[in-house]
Amino acid sequence: MSINPEQTIKFSPTHRLQWEEAQQKFVILYPEGLVELNQTSAEILKCCDGTLALAQIIATLEEKFATRGLTDDITAFLEVALHNGWIEQ
Amino acid sequence: MAGLNNNMTSLTPPRWLLAELTYACPLQCPYCSNPVDYANYKTELSTDDWKRVLTQARQMGAVQLGFSGGEPLTRQDLPELVQHAKALGYYSNLITSGYGMTEAKIIELKAAGLDHIQVSIQASNQQLNDHIAGTESFVHKKQVAHWVKQHGYPMVLCVVLHRDNIGQMQDILAMAEELGADYLELANTQYYGWAHLNRDLLLPTKAQFEQAEAIAQAYKEKVAGKMKIYYVVPDFYEDRPKACMNGWGSTFLTIAPDGTALPCHSARQLPGLDCPNVNDYSIAEIWNDSKAFNFFRGDDWMKEPCRSCDEKAKDFGGCRCQAYLLTGDLYATDPVCSKSSQRGVIQQAIEGAQRNIESAAEKPLIFRNNKNSKTLSNPV
Ligand code: SF4
Ligand code: SF4
Repeated sequence: MSINPEQTIKFSPTHRLQWEEAQQKFVILYPEGLVELNQTSAEILKCCDGTLALAQIIATLEEKFATRGLTDDITAFLEVALHNGWIEQ
Repeated sequence: MAGLNNNMTSLTPPRWLLAELTYACPLQCPYCSNPVDYANYKTELSTDDWKRVLTQARQMGAVQLGFSGGEPLTRQDLPELVQHAKALGYYSNLITSGYGMTEAKIIELKAAGLDHIQVSIQASNQQLNDHIAGTESFVHKKQVAHWVKQHGYPMVLCVVLHRDNIGQMQDILAMAEELGADYLELANTQYYGWAHLNRDLLLPTKAQFEQAEAIAQAYKEKVAGKMKIYYVVPDFYEDRPKACMNGWGSTFLTIAPDGTALPCHSARQLPGLDCPNVNDYSIAEIWNDSKAFNFFRGDDWMKEPCRSCDEKAKDFGGCRCQAYLLTGDLYATDPVCSKSSQRGVIQQAIEGAQRNIESAAEKPLIFRNNKNSKTLSNPV
């Protein structure tokens, strides 16, 4: 299982991405499971709205943070996310 | 409240709330994790009490919520509580035996905002399931599992493993796949509460355990991407204990049916904790300041060999309930650890179970029901 660059990526409908006020961070929720996210990971997942493919997600985030060279980090994180079932194509 | 521990490093908020709505249960599993003397605790929190608890815990940071018991479906206000949880932003899990569940109820709970239903099945065939559950329930449980899927919930199937069903591993896996489980929890019995009483009859042999684990691990790969398998090991056959509650008072908050707040669902049996009640204190007072929740926070309470062990941040010295049950000392190193000088008690338990297999007159299982609970907790 790995990311297909041709296809758009969307957050899994059986998981929930939610802002936690008490902890000041985003979390992923699923049956009896909870993953606490750092800010970068949360920003990447928020781009997984089903309209963008890998290259577009990278471009969006590089623009948002006014930086370059995020390709490897973002791709690696999305591979993990796909493997864990947090996102799908 | 008394018992403030000043040398705690950092206090983290509760993130999991286990709401044990009731001790009432139509089933009688002989490995139930409820306290053996549960029949002595007759009072139950009211609907308003539970709503207050949910609100206060959510404010502190709890986000995963388990409705369990006993059998939570015996509480008529379950849909109302689910609705309250939904409005607060919890992810709510219903942990049920399926007994008493109807399709109408599944639809009602979905509308109220329930996120997920975990159904437990005792075995892969009717005869053993109904024997272990002490109640005829197999056919209905499978029906419930179908409804859960049909109405769009993620479905977790939970099977508690012990000597009588661990040999069915292949069939259990096939059943889970056939039922369309999204997650399969294969939980080896943990020997507290009723399971401790029945240990000689429930503890599998090492050979049984190893065979079952190999089958489950192989299946895991076969169903990767379709069904997730969680395998909870029986720590009697490990040489390190499990990490107690991810750190005492760090993550988990259990509220018992009568409102007693527990750092772990078995903590009621530990002496001297003085577990507080939500009728007397707010969740914030309980979590931050109570004696019970500070008792094993950090590592100042530890004895040797844990105190100077370089693995103490990993397993926190193991399970406090297990240490107490098996060594009589709640500060002792969990005897499962190979560094414990009392590892011998685990070996004795394994041998005791082995003797029971070989003996002609196997003693009978003690089922979890009101009658046995009363007899065992109020000996004459
Ligand atoms: S000695 Fe204590 S801290 Fe060290 S591994 Fe064993 S149980 Fe864990
Ligand atoms: S010692 Fe820890 S893991 Fe064990 S039963 Fe108690 S709280 Fe749970």
